[in-house]
Amino acid sequence: MSQSPSDTLTTADGVPLKVSLRRAVRRSKFKALLLVSPLLAFLIIAFVMPILDMLWRSVDNPEVSTRLSRTVEALEGWDGESLPGEPVFAALVADLREGQEARDLGLLSSRLNYEKSGMRSAISRTARRLGNLEPPYREALIEINDSWGELSTWKLIERESSPYTLSYYLAAMDRQLSPEGEIVKVPDYLEIHVALFWRTFWMSAVITGLTLLLGYPIAYLLANLPLRHSNLLMILVLLPFWTSLLVRTTTWIAILQSQGVLNDMMVAIGVIADEARWQMIHNKTGTIVAMTHILLPFMILPLYSVMKTIPPSYMRAARSLGGKPILSFRRVYFPLTIPGIAAGGILVFILAIGYYITPALVGGQSGRFITNYIAYHMQTSLNWGLAAAIASILLLVVIVFYLVFNRLIGVDKVKLG
Amino acid sequence: MNESAAIDARQALPQEADTCFARFIDVQKSYDGVELVVKGFNLDIQRGEFITLLGPSGSGKTTCLMMMAGFETPTHGEILLQGQPINGLPPHKRGIGMVFQNYALFPHMTVAENLAFPLEVRHLPKAEIARQVDRALGMVRLEGFGSRRPAQLSGGQQQRVALARALVFEPELVLMDEPLGALDKNLREEMQYEIKRIHASLGVTMIYVTHDQTEALTMSDRIAVFNDGVVQQLATPETLYELPENAFVASFIGENNRLQGEVVEHLGERCEVVLDSGERVVARPVAVGGVGTRTTLSLRPERVALIGDDDEGRYDNRFSGIVQEVIYLGDHLRTRLQLCGNDEFILKTPNAEGNASLRPGQSVTVGWTWQDCRALDA
Repeated sequence: MSQSPSDTLTTADGVPLKVSLRRAVRRSKFKALLLVSPLLAFLIIAFVMPILDMLWRSVDNPEVSTRLSRTVEALEGWDGESLPGEPVFAALVADLREGQEARDLGLLSSRLNYEKSGMRSAISRTARRLGNLEPPYREALIEINDSWGELSTWKLIERESSPYTLSYYLAAMDRQLSPEGEIVKVPDYLEIHVALFWRTFWMSAVITGLTLLLGYPIAYLLANLPLRHSNLLMILVLLPFWTSLLVRTTTWIAILQSQGVLNDMMVAIGVIADEARWQMIHNKTGTIVAMTHILLPFMILPLYSVMKTIPPSYMRAARSLGGKPILSFRRVYFPLTIPGIAAGGILVFILAIGYYITPALVGGQSGRFITNYIAYHMQTSLNWGLAAAIASILLLVVIVFYLVFNRLIGVDKVKLG
Repeated sequence: MNESAAIDARQALPQEADTCFARFIDVQKSYDGVELVVKGFNLDIQRGEFITLLGPSGSGKTTCLMMMAGFETPTHGEILLQGQPINGLPPHKRGIGMVFQNYALFPHMTVAENLAFPLEVRHLPKAEIARQVDRALGMVRLEGFGSRRPAQLSGGQQQRVALARALVFEPELVLMDEPLGALDKNLREEMQYEIKRIHASLGVTMIYVTHDQTEALTMSDRIAVFNDGVVQQLATPETLYELPENAFVASFIGENNRLQGEVVEHLGERCEVVLDSGERVVARPVAVGGVGTRTTLSLRPERVALIGDDDEGRYDNRFSGIVQEVIYLGDHLRTRLQLCGNDEFILKTPNAEGNASLRPGQSVTVGWTWQDCRALDA
């Protein structure tokens, strides 16, 4: 046991056993690789590369360093105590002129505007009057827009001249760099992301808890009913997968809206007054109800797969040894289902924090998730760097949860069906 | 020659209901409302007895055990434990120890925690629990295994733990559902003696379910042979083997030559049967009607003797047959004969001097007494 024989073992012709073995399996390994290569290529193109691109974009910062290359060069050695001199302003004019010809000043102005409001109009106004601008540029530019006379503008340009930035991550956490270079909170009225992150996490936790509460008994029935009944139940569990996600979500609108099925029924049987209908959609309730419904199978299936491996004789043994039903469940059955609870929980939670369509449709203002803000920054504000930073944080959270789960339970315990 | 009467006498048991430890009274069980799995089961169990329910799978024996444990409810009839009806009593209030087919040791608990479980639910003090667990481990010779998990034990050790767990809370009745089914042959035999030893030393009452007749014969005080939801015969191992009451019991317990025929003469103690192949055989009538009824003659292979020239007149039935096959089994020889129109007539002879000379194709004369040849139902 103490000495390893592997480094001395050889085959009959003196080749080390390990080398010989590797040679023997190389061909079959290569063939196996060939079979999975289409999928591998697909995964790399459609999954790995977009993620790498996203991570890249969350720190990528090309606008200032490329568009204002002359200005950045001229700013080198600037003391930062007073406004820069005429050469810097001349370089800025040259840069802006080139940018106007190339028609790509928009990216630059947006980028600077993220950090300092007013920069967009400063640049566009300056660009419009570049044609008849005469030296000395310093006075001329300050006359066009006061921003050029502010120290913070130049500090910003100097700061963002690096090709990489963490400012998107700061923005995603509702933080920014002050002109002095310190990390400070954004003003209250701009705070949005951190609160949304927390809301996403706690609502996902609530949804996970609800799916567990609802799914546990169903999974138990699935695992313990006679085959004929459990097959039917399994079909019912899987039925939602055969229906479009969009249909399932909008069905909840029909049920929960104020003129919807549930409210009408409640009014009809006199539980609530007609003018006091419940507001159950386009808020947190709507998101939680619809997402619990949609994610329920992802809780049931891992639970079921674990429960199916627990023979009924364990509970019988516990009962025959004198355990009351609830105690037997708590001491024997429940501990054995923990891998299933953990697997279902991590699956539902990870799916929930990344959910987009359902909160977008039924969440209204208060039931929105962080994912809806990623979409907003992708589609409306066009701040892809910020969208990438938020998404990267979400990815990081998922990875952390996964690692914790793997540490506590073990990923190999996760099975579906 | 009248050893059967002695066996019958030994089988006689007190029938006083009050002295019975446990009783099944006319118990019937149906799962689907169409078919009866157990059809009118009656059994009186004495305190300290080792009772085996023996039968092929699907014969209803496990169902009876589960009804006693409380996991199934009888569709009809009553089960009494120490004179009290327990039909409505949930399993955890019955105080019956049970050993399951696949042990059902809790995999997330150590051996000691498994053994402590029945004591903890009874709220015993901690020190007492530790003492009892140690005692139970000692009883099954597993001292020092307390901190292991069931998965780290061999099949035989798991079996011992399961046994200890069923006994640790000192139940008066222990049920065992094919507990040795998953073990290999040697281990199974070892465990049979182990269980017998524990049964004898503790004096608990045991109900044991198995489909293995050797196991049943080795261990039991009495055996109930099940088939098709009905007890075919309830008797001591000797009686079952020597004096089977019907064709099923005869064929299920031990090996058995079967000859089909018709009763032609009934003389009370003995009868004469004409086989389908024409031979006349003298037999003991056990479960046959009068003259003219069909019957199956049952004859143990070891009760058939090879007849030499010198023992003329010792056997009531003498026939000659042709050796088909001889199988050497070490301590005895199994010879397959063609005899009385039966190709599968088995003759077991001890591997003694002079007996090993049979060759296929050889013609031999065999004989047996009328007492050993039992005329049973067709």
